[in-house]
This record gives sequence, C-alpha cells and structure tokens, in this order.
Amino acid sequence: MFSNPDLLHFIFGRLSIDSIPMFHEPIVAVTFAAVVLGGLVVVGALTYFRLWGYLWNEWITSIDHKKIGIMYIILAIVMLLRGFADALMMRAQQAIAFGDVAGYLPPDHYDQIFTAHGVIMIFFVAMPLVTGLMNFVVPLQIGARDVAFPFLNNFSFWMTTCGAVLIMASLFVGEFAKTGWLAYPPLSDIVYSPGVGVDYYIWALQIAGVGTLLSGVNLIVTIVKMRAPGMSMMKMPVFTWTSLCTNILIVAAFPVLTAVLVLLGLDRYADTNFFTNDLGGNAMMYINLIWIWGHPEVYILILPAFGVFSEVVSTFCRKRLFGYSSMVYATVVITILSYIVWLHHFFTMGSGASVNAFFGITTMIISIPTGAKVFNWLFTMYKGRISFDVPMLWTIGFMLTFVIGGMTGVMLAVPPADFVLHNSLFLIAHFHNVIIGGVVFGMFAGIVYWFPKAFGFKLDEFWGKMSFWLWTIGFYFAFMPLYVLGLMGVTRRMSHFDDPSLQIWFVIAAFGAVLIAGGIGSFLMSIVVAVINREKLRDETGDPWGGRTLEWSTSSPPPAYNFAFTPVVHELDAWADMKKRGFVRPTSGFIDIHMPKNTGAGFILAAISLVLGFALVWHIWWLAAVSFIVLVVGAIAHTFNYDRDYHIPADEVVKTEDERTALLAKQQA
Amino acid sequence: MKRMLSKLVRGVAVASMFSLLAGCNLVVIDPSGDIASQQSDLIIVSTILMLLIIVPVMALTVFFAWKYRQGNKDAEYDPEWHHSTKLEVVIWSAPLVIIIALGAITWVTTHTLDPYRPLDRIDAERPLAKDHEPMVIEVVSLDWKWLFLYPEQGIATVNELAAPIDTPIQFKITSSGIMNSFFIPALAGQIYSMAGMETKLHAVINEEGVYEGFSGNYSGEGFSHMRFKFHGLSEEGFDKWVADVKSDENFLGRSQYLELEKPSVAEPVHYYSAVDPELYTAILNMCVDQSKMCMNEMMAIDAKGGGGLAGIYNVMSLTYDVPHMRGSQPLPESKSYVASLCTTPESGFSGELANLPLFDNGQSARAMSIAPAGVSTGF
Amino acid sequence: MTMANNTASQTETPVFYLKEEHHPETGTMLGFWIYLMSDCLIFAILFATHGVLGRNYAAGPSPADLFDLELVAINTSMLLFSSITYGFAMLQMEKGKIAGTQLWLAITGLFGIAFVGLELYEFHHLWSIGATPMRSGFLSAFYTLVATHGLHVTFGIIWLVTLMVQVSQRGLIPENKRRLMCLSMFWHFLDVVWIGVFSVVYLLGVLG
Repeated sequence: MFSNPDLLHFIFGRLSIDSIPMFHEPIVAVTFAAVVLGGLVVVGALTYFRLWGYLWNEWITSIDHKKIGIMYIILAIVMLLRGFADALMMRAQQAIAFGDVAGYLPPDHYDQIFTAHGVIMIFFVAMPLVTGLMNFVVPLQIGARDVAFPFLNNFSFWMTTCGAVLIMASLFVGEFAKTGWLAYPPLSDIVYSPGVGVDYYIWALQIAGVGTLLSGVNLIVTIVKMRAPGMSMMKMPVFTWTSLCTNILIVAAFPVLTAVLVLLGLDRYADTNFFTNDLGGNAMMYINLIWIWGHPEVYILILPAFGVFSEVVSTFCRKRLFGYSSMVYATVVITILSYIVWLHHFFTMGSGASVNAFFGITTMIISIPTGAKVFNWLFTMYKGRISFDVPMLWTIGFMLTFVIGGMTGVMLAVPPADFVLHNSLFLIAHFHNVIIGGVVFGMFAGIVYWFPKAFGFKLDEFWGKMSFWLWTIGFYFAFMPLYVLGLMGVTRRMSHFDDPSLQIWFVIAAFGAVLIAGGIGSFLMSIVVAVINREKLRDETGDPWGGRTLEWSTSSPPPAYNFAFTPVVHELDAWADMKKRGFVRPTSGFIDIHMPKNTGAGFILAAISLVLGFALVWHIWWLAAVSFIVLVVGAIAHTFNYDRDYHIPADEVVKTEDERTALLAKQQA
Repeated sequence: MKRMLSKLVRGVAVASMFSLLAGCNLVVIDPSGDIASQQSDLIIVSTILMLLIIVPVMALTVFFAWKYRQGNKDAEYDPEWHHSTKLEVVIWSAPLVIIIALGAITWVTTHTLDPYRPLDRIDAERPLAKDHEPMVIEVVSLDWKWLFLYPEQGIATVNELAAPIDTPIQFKITSSGIMNSFFIPALAGQIYSMAGMETKLHAVINEEGVYEGFSGNYSGEGFSHMRFKFHGLSEEGFDKWVADVKSDENFLGRSQYLELEKPSVAEPVHYYSAVDPELYTAILNMCVDQSKMCMNEMMAIDAKGGGGLAGIYNVMSLTYDVPHMRGSQPLPESKSYVASLCTTPESGFSGELANLPLFDNGQSARAMSIAPAGVSTGF
Repeated sequence: MTMANNTASQTETPVFYLKEEHHPETGTMLGFWIYLMSDCLIFAILFATHGVLGRNYAAGPSPADLFDLELVAINTSMLLFSSITYGFAMLQMEKGKIAGTQLWLAITGLFGIAFVGLELYEFHHLWSIGATPMRSGFLSAFYTLVATHGLHVTFGIIWLVTLMVQVSQRGLIPENKRRLMCLSMFWHFLDVVWIGVFSVVYLLGVLG
C-alpha cells in the first residue's frame, strides 16, 4: 500500500524523504542536530520546572500589550541569531572563494543563504523589533490600559511568529528561495524556480503579513482613540508620533505586498500570466509593485527608531527635545514622501530620463526632513547635561553613522551615478549603513532604555557598552570595505570572484562581521549578567533614567492595568510636567478596573494558518483544504464568545498599589 | 574651464582615495570611457556637496557630546531651551539649499547621460556630429553567459566583447529569459536586459585596454561566472580581432542559438564567423524557435483587438518559457494541458481563422490542430 | 484672563489623574474602516494590474469576444439591490426590531448568493470555451480582480449568516449591533468596488 506512488503523492504532495536536506547537507544536519538538542533542553526544562501552564496562561494566551511586546522582541532576537548566522556564512564564503577556490558553499546553497538573510532580517528581525517596541511602549506613553483590540494583538503576534516558523522549517524540510529577498520574476516564476523555495517565501510572508497589517490597524486606533484626556496630537510623545506614522505606512503599504505576492503565487500555482515572459505577462510590473511596498517599508523600520532617539536624547541630555513641532512635521513629510520614490530602486530599467530625474529628486527631498531631524537631536544636546548611559551611546553612534548612510543614499539617488553603483556592494554598504546605523542602533537604544520598565531592573552596563563598541567598530570594519569594493565595480550576490586582489577587502569585512558577532554576544551577556545581578540593578522608583513621558510614571514593571488611575495630560512631556508641578501619587480611592480576558484563540488560529501554509508549500491539497475550513470555522466559532472581559477587583488594585507605596516610602527614607 | 575644474577635482579626489586605498583599482571613480567618467564626476560632485553638511554635523555632534557632558559643570545648562525660530529656519534651509543644487545637477545630468540618448561627444574635447552613425552591438544575456552580435561585421561572440576606441557604440540589449544587467564599469553605467524587450545604451571607450564586464543583476545559479572581458582596441586592432573571429568558420543560426540558449555555467569564450541576420530580431521577439509566434506579431494582433475566440487554443506557439528549454526538466503537470489538446483535429474554424493575420504564416496548420472539437462560440 | 489662569496653575496643583473609570471611545468602527481602506488598496493594485495587462490578449480573445453585458448588468443589479436591502435591515435594527432585521438580512443574503451564482455561471461558461486565466495576461487580471471581489462577497455571506445566528441567539445587543454596522460598511464597500469593476473591466473593456 505504501508503495503506491499516487497515494503517497496524495498524502504528502511534493514532500518526500529526499526533500529533507539534512541527509545530504552536512551543514544543515549539524544545525538541525543543534536545534533539536536545544529544543529538547528547553522542553525538558519547561517540563521539569512545571512551566507549561505558566507559559500558556501568562504568555501564549496573554492579551497584555506589554507581554506581547516582549514576545515580539524575543522572537526578533531569536531570528537575529539565525539571520546573522547566514551573514557570517556569506562573509566567510566571500572571504575565501577566489580564483580556483570554490569556497565551502555551492551557489545553490549560497543563493538560499543571502535570500534568507535578507528576508529574515527585514521581516522577522527588524519588523518584530519595531512592532514589539511600539506594542510595549505606545499604550504606556499615551496613558492607556491596553491597545484598542487586545485579542487581535495576540493573533497578530502569533501570525508573525508562524511566518517565522515556516521560514525556519524551510531550513530543514525542502529549501528556501534562491531569488534574492524580493523574488523578482521571471527568476521566481515556476519555470525558473520550480522548487518549493519561493513557495516558502510567499506563504511565510503572507502569514506574517496578516499579522503586521492587523497590528498596524490596531496601533493606529489605539493612538487615535485611546490617548489619556488632555493629550492632544501635538502633546503626544515623539515616539508615539513616529509609531502613528509607521502604522499608517504599514496599513497603506502591506496590502500592496499581499496583493503582489498573491499574483506571484497565482503565477506559480495556477499558471496565470501576470509576471511571465509569455502570454502577455509583465515582469516589470512586479518590480514596480513590490517597491511600492518596499520603499515605505524602510521608513516603517526607521521612523520608530527616530522616535526612540528623540526620547533617549531628551532624557539623557536632561532637556526638552529641541524643535518638537518641526520633528513632528518632518515625520509626517517623510511618511508622505516615502510613497513617491519607489522607482529609484530600478533607474536601470530604462525609464525615460524625466521619469528617472523626477524620482531621483523626490528621493533627495526626503533627505531634507531627515536632515532637519538630525539637527534637532543635535541641538537637543546643546546646553544639555549629557550622561552617557548605554542608550545615549547608541544615539551618538547613530548620529555619526547614519549621516554617512544618508550621504551615500543621496548619491545613489542621482540616476546617472546610480547606473554605476546600482546592485554593487556600494549599495549593500549603503543600506546596511542606514539599517544597522539607524534601525538596529535605534532598537538597541530602545531595548536598553525600556528594559527596566519591562522587567524592573536595568541591563548590565559593562556588557551594554561592550555591545555598543563591538557593534559600532564591527560595523565600520564590515561595511566600509564594501563601499570601496563597490567603487571597484564589484557587484552583489556573488558566491565566487576571479580577481584575487579583492580578497583583502572581503577578509576585513569578515573580520568586521566577527566583531559584530561579539556585539550580539555582549548584548546577550548584558541580559544574562543583569538577570544574575537583578537585585543590584533593581529599579524601584519606576523612573530609573529621569524620564519625561508617562510610561515612567508607573511602576517597573507596570501592573497589568498599567495605571491605577487614568492620567490627565497638560503639557508635552507629561511626566516631566507632573514631576515639576508637584504631582502626588494617589494612594487611595481605587476602583475596579475593566480589563480584557486572555484567550488561546489567536495562538490556535495562527497555528492552523501555519499548517495551511505548509500544506500549500508542499501541494498537500487535502491538508490545505482541511486546515482552511478549520481556520474559517474556528474564526467564526471565536466570534460566538461574547465573554471577553473581566474586572480586576479594587481590593487587588489596592494591594498592588500599597506594595508600591511601601516600596517608594522605603526609598525616600 | 569646467572640464579643467572637474579634472582637478577628480584628480584631488582620486589622489586622496588612492593614498587611502594604496593603489587598488577604483574603476568606478577612474574609468576609461567618457560616459563613465562623467558619471564618476557626478559621484564626486555630489559627495562634496553633501560633505558640506555632513562634516559640520559630525563635528558638532562630537563637540556637543564632549562639551555638554555631565561632568562638565562649566558648560551652560538650560533645560527649557527647546525652540529658536532662527535656528529652525537654518536647519531646514541648509539641507534645502544643498538639495536644490543637487536636484538641478540631477535633472540636467539625468538627461545628458540618459543611456538612450545618442552621444554628442567622444570626450570633452571632441564633439560628435548630430547625425553620426554609431557602431551597433546587440547584446543578449543568456543563462549564464553573454552573447554579442555585431550586425555590421556579421559576426558574434560569446563571453567576449571588443570595440574600437573613440568610436560611439550603441548597445541594443535583451535577454533570453531571466533579467540581467549589462555592466562594464570602465565604459558606462549598467542597464537591465529583459526578455521580449530591448533596452539601449550609448557609450564610448577612450583608452585601449581589457576591462571587466558582467551581469549586475542576480540571475540564478551561474550568476557569479556570468563575466566577460571587454577589449578596447585600436582601429587596426579591432579589424584584426574581427578577422580572428571570422577565421573560426562557425555559423550561428537559429538551431545553434537554441542549443546555446540552454543553461550553462562559466561558458568558455567562443566565436561565430557568420550569423543569421534575422537572429537578433527573433531573439528579441522570443521566436527563434520558428514554431513560436513572435512578440511583435502577437502585439500587433492585440493592438487590433486580439485573436478572438479562435485564438484561444493557439497557446503552444506562444509559450516560450518552458522547463525543457532549460535542460532536461520534465514538463510540470500543470503545463501538460497544452500538449494534451494537440490530439483532436478541428476543422469548423477554418472560415474565421483565415481572416486573422495570425494565420498568415506557416503556423496555421499547427494552430488549428490543437483546437479541441465542439467548443461553443459566443456567450 | 490668561494671566489669571497661569497664576492659578502655578499656585495650585492641577488634576493629574481621573478618579472615576475612564471610558475611551470604542475604536471598532474606526479600526474596521482602516481595514477596509487597506482592502481597498488590494483592489487598487488589482485594478492597476488590470490597467497594465488589460490589453495583453496574447493573440487570444478580448473583452468584446467574451463578455455578455446583459448578464453582467443583471448581476450588478443583484448587488445594488442587496445594498438597499441591507439598508432596510439596518433601519429595522435601529428600531430594535429583531424579526424585521433578520428578514431583510436574509433577503440581502439571497441577493448576494444570486450575485455569486451568476458570477460562477459566467466563469464556468468562459472556462468551458477555453478562456481560462492561464490564457493571457488580460484574462489573468480579469479573473483575479473579479474573483477577489466574488470571494469577498462569499465571505460577506458567511459573515451575514453568522450574524443572523448571533442575533437570533442574543438579540440586538450592542456587540451585535456593532457587528452589523461593520458588515454594513463591508457590504456597501463591496458594492462600490463592484461599480468600479463593472465600469472599468466590463464597460470599458467591451465598449472602450
């Protein structure tokens, strides 16, 4: 019976024992063994310490925006390790593969690695970092108890995670796309990429994309509708402003990605002719559409980082942010302009000179508000009292590094210059310059800054500084050689080089990557050491940095309900204003607090989506049909649950708040 | 004067770069073709313009960070200072001024250095007449190699390109399937090659030498080896090279092309002494295989409102990208419907079919044979 | 006056928190509206795709060869009627009449089913004469745009049935009213999109 090929094909689709690369790829086999071992250790530990119930009740089913935010960041850090492992492998390959030496990665494998690196770093590292930080911080900054749609928030997180799981599955079952991170057709069409790689790409991004879109809707409504009384738009903290703009960009850009991936999927699954060379297809349309999403995407990532720097710089300079309103206008202008620059990603497609010039100039115009922002941070430092805690170091590192990336970006925006720099390692250096120097530095600054708020103790400072220096120096070692190589006419995505004189530059870049690995390790150390020394690093005030915005007015970590009483805002930098004008923390008169209930529905629906995605990748049609029906029925069943909230009784609030009162009194004494 | 200035600037820039980089070959900054030189000037000018703002920002960042450090109690501390209209005007207008300058340069150079625009000079000193005839080279990116056709010389080469110096060249560029990018950094900027479409590049090489050429756009497994040498030759050198190519006695026609088109990695250089003169047009229109309908023909039919209901089953002749073209892959199941329809002959259509331009050529018999019986027309 | 206020705020501590429970406005309608706008963008992309590929017949059939405008006009009227009947259902809901709401919802659903049925009939016919989405860029774009709309309507019908069950179980409680409002927006939105499809794909395709 099991030898019947039709039956096997019906049950397993394209999946067969040969699809599992660990039987013929030693690198994958070792990785797999490590993952299985690590997984077993985690499962064993969870079972031994009887933590499964805790994990399910307190985290997996949690609709608390703070916990979801933290889970997003954990997801991002886990995926950073995967994405960075890819980077190290690429750097190692490029450092040795010259002349007769083929290197240790055949093109087939190398091409998957650079594709996975790009996809993972953007979708499953940068996006969860940004979303996680916004989730954690925004409700606290605007004085709200949770986001507008807490269940959707949980569902969004699990959808993102399931997208990440699907990508990770491609490492061990089948293969990943060999097309580059944007999967341009015709290369990504079924004829040129017949394997499952592009299908993994499509479904991982579609599943995660649902999560991203819903979380965008959620945060917009949260910011628009749930601000504390008195907090008008122009009294919102800058991070909240940048979050608002980012989420508007998400809602206005991700549907484009969804649509374009649906069309690519139809080309692959249903033989349609959207992007084919044949029968009236048009591959240039894909490139246009994907960049209509892709360019706003980079601003989706960088705007929250700008927000973090704005918060950090004013806190650590002990000063109000310089030019708040121009900061806000700059953010809004960037948001709007980011939609009319997409063509600068392919000047070399042969559009007319006027079209190219138009998009080149709009791109340059974006640098004006961006420049204004840099000046605003600069003049916030002016006449300040700057303490160089780790978040501030990241900020200064950002200001010095990011402007270089901005400069090279403007160079690439000049179409005739782009003709010689396009797709070269100069371009690679440029976007790592802005993404590492901007987004990554910003996210690290944000994590170090808000970590004590989330966990009640600061991160270890020594390892934090180590992490900063290793990252920064490592970045310059890793990417300055790529600028040079770009000017030497070396193009991207090469797994082998003929010219041995290039090797030295790649060796330097590989050394830089090793330093960055040290930076990542130091960051993890700063968490480990801080957990060990948590009593010494404990923040009992709730305001360890002398913060200025509302999140610092509550305890660290904040109670489930964030604020026992909803704050009333009078000024920008509400908490600084409250401290200045003698705010006295209320210690009595507490009432019941209305809160949403935890639910496992989000996790379950996302898990079914994951099964659906896997079945579609492998053409296991029966499983796809079953899981799709279960998904729809499950979603409907969830709407029959009307019992979605509960009240935290006043007694419990009193207990929590009294503990804090005692703690604060002990500090004063 | 302008030229001298730019030469000077470039000299300084190159010199400083060189001292930093100990003599490595920055071909993008110091190329050998006039177009690439102008592009390099542009990179340098825009860098200098932006350094005007970047350097002060970086210097001020370091200076402020040092001056207003917590430990420096002498420095002024004003926690309420957060607005200054004058300063805000400056911080918005300083980048604005730079961008206006750069924007103007961009507008002008994007037009003068448009790859589609015929050259108006060989270099800064030697202008060209408006009606000069450039040398035409047709470029085809294949998986994973380059085919160059020289219509004027009647020859073709794989993975080797040559041209006489100081001669304006017009490249006509297309692809057999996957998108690539035709790029010789020493000569001029790159431009994509796309199947069924033609892009153009005008350029001139000013110095004799051997330069690197390659695909600038990732195209799959053999991409890293999709490289060729570009020889900038003297007039005599070029003639000699052409004679060399012609001595090989090797013909490139449709069938040879179809063989060549199959994917291969690191294809060695080889020459064709004679070429089917219609080959490039056929490649461009994806109809080297004569059973395929040409793109231009298909587009002409579409412009007239399509092939009607009768055209529905004429799929085989339109399907170009099929896996077996790329080696030995079997047809995926989903594609097999085309083949299976080939079994039923149909005659009821002939009256209508004869009126269509589509069936003016030798394909009509085939097209009819693949239409199944009993299809209803009309709604 | 301003002076007085300023001095007042300096001398006495202003209110920094609300003593009673704070009820921010519910954001469901806004959230759903934003979702609809994102959905609208998906349709915008499909329209744009149709705009680019709409004349790429690949030497195959064109809209004039394929579309029966009468059938599509009937189909259009089904959807327009369903929007009107949904409006009646909402009026009944405002009056708090469960039976009336349910009746009009049922009629709306039937119109919706008629619409989807006619569309499936059209697709089946086109498919049977060989005008499949695989045939040309134009047909790919046509099927994808129209079928995406059809899928939305199908999900709208499933949603409508779900809500009818929920209304019958719990009556017109605020949650159910809010849900009916959301579906109302969704339903009218699909109507608007269909008018676009009808004009751009069918009318312009056949007559343009």
